[in-house]
Amino acid sequence: MAKALQDRSDYLDFERPVVEIEQKIEEFETLAKTNNMDFSEEINRLHKRRLTIIRDIFRDLTPWQRVELARHPKRPQSLDYIERIFPDFLELAGDRAFADDAAILTGPALLGDIKVMLIAQHKGRDMKESIRCNWGSAHPEGYRKALEKMRLAEKFRLPIVSLIDTKGAYPGIDAEERGQAVAIATNLREMSALRTPIVCVVLSEGGSGGALGIGIGDHVAMMENAYYSVISPEGCAAILWKDAGKAPEAAAALKLTPADLTGFGIVDAVIPEPPGGAHRDPDEAAANLKQHLISVVLELSRTTETDLLARRYEKYRRIGFYADLSSQGAPDSSPES
Amino acid sequence: MAFSFFSPKRHVRTDGVFTKCRNCDGMVRIKDIEENLDVCPSCDFHFPIGSQRRIEITMDEGSWNELFTDIYPTDPLNFNAKKSYADRLKRCQQDTGIADAVITGCGKIGSKNAAVAVTDFRFMMGSMGSVVGEKIALLAEHAVANNLPLVIFSGSGGGARMDEGVISLMQMAKTSAALSKVHKAGLLYVSIITDPTYGGVSASFATLGDVIIAEPRARMGFTGPRVIQQTMKVDLPPGFQEAEFNRDHGQVDRIVHRRDIPSTLVQLFEFFRPRRIYGK
Repeated sequence: MAKALQDRSDYLDFERPVVEIEQKIEEFETLAKTNNMDFSEEINRLHKRRLTIIRDIFRDLTPWQRVELARHPKRPQSLDYIERIFPDFLELAGDRAFADDAAILTGPALLGDIKVMLIAQHKGRDMKESIRCNWGSAHPEGYRKALEKMRLAEKFRLPIVSLIDTKGAYPGIDAEERGQAVAIATNLREMSALRTPIVCVVLSEGGSGGALGIGIGDHVAMMENAYYSVISPEGCAAILWKDAGKAPEAAAALKLTPADLTGFGIVDAVIPEPPGGAHRDPDEAAANLKQHLISVVLELSRTTETDLLARRYEKYRRIGFYADLSSQGAPDSSPES
Repeated sequence: MAFSFFSPKRHVRTDGVFTKCRNCDGMVRIKDIEENLDVCPSCDFHFPIGSQRRIEITMDEGSWNELFTDIYPTDPLNFNAKKSYADRLKRCQQDTGIADAVITGCGKIGSKNAAVAVTDFRFMMGSMGSVVGEKIALLAEHAVANNLPLVIFSGSGGGARMDEGVISLMQMAKTSAALSKVHKAGLLYVSIITDPTYGGVSASFATLGDVIIAEPRARMGFTGPRVIQQTMKVDLPPGFQEAEFNRDHGQVDRIVHRRDIPSTLVQLFEFFRPRRIYGK
C-alpha cells in the first residue's frame, strides 16, 4: 500500500493484515464519497475478507499475543467503559486516611436501572491521565479507598462491580512504608465476607496481588483478551532464564489466559470481544460487558445473603491442586484444655 | 515471585567447628549458635531456622501434634523451565524432610493450647502454592472448630509460588477468607514475621494478625528491595523493610527476641482470651 501505515505503536505485528484491509476499506469509502461512486460490492467483499483474516489470526492466538492485546495502546480502559455503561457514575474519592489515589476510581453508578458501587482501576489514556492515575498501579490508599467504598456499598446493600486493569500494585518505598501488603491483605479478608454481591471483571491486565486486591467476588469474569497472572511474563522470564526477552515462553508456561483460568475453576465466565479485540469496536465491547454485568448482578441479587456468603467462601476455599494421601478426611479434634 | 538475594544459607561455613557470622563477621562456634536458638552469641543476629526446629524451640516438649501431613504438592501447570517443578519439589522434599513449605499442627505453648503453622524458607523459599494455602486454611478452620488461638510463623522470600501460576495467587484469597472465619469467631491470631516475609505471603495471612510480632531485623514487605531498586532507580533508606523500620512505620506491633517468643505468646493468650459466643 502506498499510504503509510498508522504509527507503529498503534498496532501489533500480528494485526498488520487487519490494519491493512481496514485501510483499504477506508480508501474505498473515501473514494466512493469524494467521487460519488458506488463501491458497495467491493466494500462488502472487503468486510467479509476482514472477518476471515481476523478469524484466522485469532483462532491460534498464542498466550503472549493475548498479553500483547491486553496491553494494546488503543485498548479501551475503565473510563472508556464507564462513559459507555455508567454515564451516571458519581465519583467519590476519599480513603479517610492519607490521600486520593486515582489508580482506583470509586463511587456509585447506575447499571441500567440497578444501583451499584463501582470500583475501577484505570491506567490512563494519555500522558496527563497516566501520571494522575500512576499508570494504574495503586498505592495502599487506593486499596483502602476501595474498601471504604465497598463498606458503604455493604451498608446500603448495593452490589459491587469491580473492574480490574493493572500491571500490579505500586512497587515503591512510600507504598511499602504505608503498608502495601496489609492494605491488599485486608481487602482479601474483608471482601471474602462482605454482605453484598460482588462481581469482578478483569478488563485487560490482571497483575498479581495488585489485581486480586479488588478481585474477590461471587462472580469473576475476564474479557476475552485479558490475562491474569501471579507475575508478569517478563518478571517470570527474568527469574527462570535471566532474560526478560523470553517473556513469550513464560506467558505460555504461566497459563494466564481466560481459557486456562476457566479450566482451573478460578474464572466463571469469559466476556466476548468484537472480532479483532475490544479496541476494534469499543462500543460493542462495552455492550457485551454491560449485558453480562446486568445478568450476573440480577442473578446474585436474588440469592439470599447466607447462601451468597457460603458460596463465596466455598468458591475460594476449593481452589487448589494437591494430593491428599490419607484415606480418611481431616482430623477434627485436638486436645482441649 | 522470587528474590534470589535472600540467601538460604544459615551461616557461612568455614569448617565443621567454627563459622563466620554473616552479620558481625565474627568467628563463632557452630555449637554455641545452635545452643543459642540459632542466634549469634556475639551480635544477636537471628539466623533463619527450619520449621521442625521452630516447633522444637516453641512448643512444650512432647505436645506437638502435627496435622494435615497427608497433603502433598502436585504440578497443575506441568511447569517446565530449566528444571521441572515436579523434580524441584522432589528435591526439596528430600532436602527438608517435609511435604511442602509449611507444617501445621497443634500443641501447647507454656501449657496453653494453640494451633500453629510454620512456613519453611528452605522449601522453595517458603513460597505459597496450593499445599501451603490448603494447610493454612485447614488449620484456621481447625482453630475455629476447636476454639484455639492461631499462631503462624511466616518466612517467605517467594510469596506466591510462580510454578503454580495464578492458582498460587488464589491461595492468598483462600487463606485470607479462612482467617476471616477466625476473626469472626473471636479468636486470637498472632502472626510472627521471620526473615524474610514478602509478596503474596505478606499480602495475605502474614499481615492479618490481630497482633503482629517480628523477630529482630526480620525483613517484611510487599515488593522485594531489589525490585524496588531496579524499577524505581532509587537508593533504599537504611534498614529498609527490617522489623525496626516496619515497627517505626506502624506495620509491626512488637519486636521480640527468639528466646522470648513463647513467653510473649503466653501473655497474649492470657490478655486476648476468646469470648464465649453462645448460640453458635
